[in-house]
Amino acid sequence: MAMAADEIAALIRQSIPDASVEITDLAGDGDHYAARVVSESFRGLPRVRQHQRVYEALGGRMGGVLHALQLTTATP
Amino acid sequence: MTEDVQARIDQAVKGSDVLLFMKGSPLFPQCGFSSRAIAILDRLGVDYASIDVLQDQGIRQGIKAYSDWPTIPQLYVKGEFVGGSDIMMEMYESGELAELMTKSGVAQKAA
Repeated sequence: MAMAADEIAALIRQSIPDASVEITDLAGDGDHYAARVVSESFRGLPRVRQHQRVYEALGGRMGGVLHALQLTTATP
Repeated sequence: MTEDVQARIDQAVKGSDVLLFMKGSPLFPQCGFSSRAIAILDRLGVDYASIDVLQDQGIRQGIKAYSDWPTIPQLYVKGEFVGGSDIMMEMYESGELAELMTKSGVAQKAA
């Protein structure tokens, strides 16, 4: 059920092309990840909207197959 | 379910200055993210209400539609959706969360 780290990164880059994405496997179990996403397109967006952009990129997997994704967003 | 649930959620959100939708209760959080959210609110020293979504499947699903946000916990301040535990942590560390509470007129006990 879990997702691979590069699969998560690929989905994010697909929908936010300029994003730099860093995925960390927090527990080494392929199920608890931290993602840091940096994109110029986040500039001026409230944090909730920035996270929402990433969730949209993950297309409904967030909260489902991806229960434990700790997300940080930033602008370059 | 939907309309009734949305109305109930709306009422709850507007009925408390600070409201956390979470898994479990503040004393017994049932998930690490909810536990983290509680720790942040306690550290800020604000009074808050909480709703355990595990007790109500309608609310558990309905809250995701209400906020267009896929995960729980979810924090609301003065009826406005603030974010989940990651956002709470970022805002807590940068001081923005304390600032938001102050701006919203929510009392914080001095740490």
